[in-house]
Amino acid sequence: MGRLLSRIICISRSRASRSRSVSPPNGCSPFRNPGGLSRVWGSGLSRAPWFLSGARTFSSGTGSGRESIEYDVVIVGAGPAGLSAAIRLKQLCRERDLDLSVCVVEKGAEVGAHILSGNVFEPRALNELLPDWRNEEAPVDVPVLSDKFWYLTKDRTFALPCPFNNRGNYVISLSQLTRWMGVKAEELGVEIYPGFAAGEVLYDSNDNVVGVGTNDMGISKDGSKKETFQHGVELKGKLTLLAEGCRGSLSEKIISKYNLRGKVQAQHQTYALGIKEVWEIDESKHEPGAVLHTLGWPLDHKTYGGSFVYHMKDRQVSIGLVIALNYQNPYLNPYEEFQKFKHHPAIKSLLEGGTVIQYGARTLNEGGFQSIPYPVFPGGAIVGCSAGFLNVPKIKGTHTAMKSGMLAAEAAFSVLSEGSSMVVYYDFLRKSWIWEELKKARNYRPVAKLHTPIEYPRADGILSFDVPTSLHRSNTNHEHDQPAHLQLRDPTIPELVNLPEYAGPESRYCPARVYEYVPDENGVLKLQINAQNCLHCKACDIKDPQQNIEWTVPEGGGGPGYSVM
Amino acid sequence: MKIMVAVKRVVDYAVKIRVKPDKTGVETQNVKMSMNPFCEIALEEALRIRESGLASEVVAVSVGPAQCVDTLRTGLAMGADRGIHVEFKDGLNPLSVAKVLRALVEAEKPGLLILGKQAIDDDCNQTGQMLAGLLKWPQGTFASKVTLDKEKQVATVDREVDGGIETVLLDLPAVITTDLRLNQPRYATLPNIMKAKSKVIKKYTPGDLNVEIKSDLEVLQVTEPPKRKAGVIVSSVDELIDKLQNEARVI
Repeated sequence: MGRLLSRIICISRSRASRSRSVSPPNGCSPFRNPGGLSRVWGSGLSRAPWFLSGARTFSSGTGSGRESIEYDVVIVGAGPAGLSAAIRLKQLCRERDLDLSVCVVEKGAEVGAHILSGNVFEPRALNELLPDWRNEEAPVDVPVLSDKFWYLTKDRTFALPCPFNNRGNYVISLSQLTRWMGVKAEELGVEIYPGFAAGEVLYDSNDNVVGVGTNDMGISKDGSKKETFQHGVELKGKLTLLAEGCRGSLSEKIISKYNLRGKVQAQHQTYALGIKEVWEIDESKHEPGAVLHTLGWPLDHKTYGGSFVYHMKDRQVSIGLVIALNYQNPYLNPYEEFQKFKHHPAIKSLLEGGTVIQYGARTLNEGGFQSIPYPVFPGGAIVGCSAGFLNVPKIKGTHTAMKSGMLAAEAAFSVLSEGSSMVVYYDFLRKSWIWEELKKARNYRPVAKLHTPIEYPRADGILSFDVPTSLHRSNTNHEHDQPAHLQLRDPTIPELVNLPEYAGPESRYCPARVYEYVPDENGVLKLQINAQNCLHCKACDIKDPQQNIEWTVPEGGGGPGYSVM
Repeated sequence: MKIMVAVKRVVDYAVKIRVKPDKTGVETQNVKMSMNPFCEIALEEALRIRESGLASEVVAVSVGPAQCVDTLRTGLAMGADRGIHVEFKDGLNPLSVAKVLRALVEAEKPGLLILGKQAIDDDCNQTGQMLAGLLKWPQGTFASKVTLDKEKQVATVDREVDGGIETVLLDLPAVITTDLRLNQPRYATLPNIMKAKSKVIKKYTPGDLNVEIKSDLEVLQVTEPPKRKAGVIVSSVDELIDKLQNEARVI
């Protein structure tokens, strides 16, 4: 099975993921590596190009053979939070006539490649950040026109009063919006480098964060250097903002190192896994702006979660299932539950005659207000879902993530222009509408609890699909000859604990079939990790019973290739 | 000696492509684009030749819409010295591209042309060969190994052909098209990407080069291959023969 997957997923050429060459979609500017600036070069931009902004120096790394590049602000992650911070910083630079160099580093092959979200977008933060977005071709153009809420049983639907109020909101593809934001950021002089994975945090001798290091590239599976080996670089920042999204790998390390949850008596974060497809459906069934959420079937009363169906434009529909990761039954397979869901008569009738365009999965925060850590650390701060500003009852996190990025930028600007402290970021947060909103929404999730295997129906290839087929639709790829980025803290635990006690749940909760138990030559089941399938959703980092699996960032440029998610 | 490398911007090879609903072509909106993998190999080879001291300059060329500049920036980040962008929006074909490249060759006078053997979007495998024909230069296509002799001004090219490997000796200037096993292209490192921003990309239009882009071919329709039908399990050899004879009509 693993090998079959490898053949499907790993394209014939061994050169894989570093194809971060060209730019994205027509009409959108290159913010991709190396590109960002080509639009700036070519099209006679009205604003000051990057090279006029902020000092940036090169120097030879500290004995590690790595080059060191210095910026005023280094941002990890070109998602809504990271880009909002970058844009706000440059806006402040213009307003106050001060130049700061801002670098955004992104592990996806292009901006937007690793962005996946429902998404019914509340434009509150965008209105503040880029008030003229309507005139600048922002891909926010399908207003919500209807809002339905159903309780499903196996065969029926029961309409319930809708708990949401989405008037004034838009149905969007967050991947597309993020890409557009990338263009805007570059127009303002932000340097964005997709295809580079920040694998480590850099500290000075006083344990302050001074930047991040990108991973070396061109290391083979056995750890040796390949012909194409290139050292990573040190991106040094006077301030470092971590905007990695939910369960960010560097953010988790920082939160733990500086005890950021302990500092404010925050609870631990809780998570859900969202599995999503974008379909192109029959014209007659398509209602742009229609929003539907469901509860109930196929999930049982012990498992918290629900589905969403959002109609975008161009006959495209986002459909997905979100399942809280604190489910008890290790036999639960979120991917298969999603496939089952699509067979519900009401959903089936919507999808029949349509085709799937993309597939993907990502974890999201469910902890809400109580789980927000102290978001400031020596040398920087955490923004967006890496800290955890998602409004759980509204199931919206984009607007708060963006606002947190903007506030961090304002704090950062005051640090770099007036010498204040990044601590003010926390003050700004607490005085902002984020706090007000999240506080109102706290305590939303009720706490939830000898299990039997669940038999899932076979995929029919029309509505439901097997994992390899879905994976193909996520455009996921990684350079196959690299060390596995999913690391086991103790390599014996899978066979000693996960398999006998939990029946190997990783083989079921992973939406990319990365983890498989296959018999070795003596017929003994051993864990096989098909790292190249990884969708970067972080479910394994969260759900592994012994927390034995650590998600680390693979070689930059790899991972899913979302464009309409 | 100057080496000119032609690179093409295509749909990224890892993307699952689909046909547009109106069947006029493949969907390229909101789809990730990258440098054609064979063009990356071509550029890598040119860079290695320059690094071995046998060439002085590597020029990357791309013909296509405005976004081709991104592809060129990648090329510059890999190490090309400068870029040339011939801007043309839609409707290119191998012969037209070959004519544009010929015009550029007359302006730039390179000693060697390296192209990818084919583009992964149209799989034409024609541009290099046509260009060699137009220039009346020797060609070594499907190269899996290239060795240059500066003194004798020849290139020895191992070609991957159906029967195995064929070795040809080409007088320079020549056209070489690259096959998969020629080399492993290098990564564009962050410092190189930054440095590439200050490298020059010169712009032309086909009109500047006195080339008219026209096509003798019109695409009528693009469809997906028919879905594979389910197999049938037969219960006996007789039934198999019966089906082969009467249904599939192959015996």
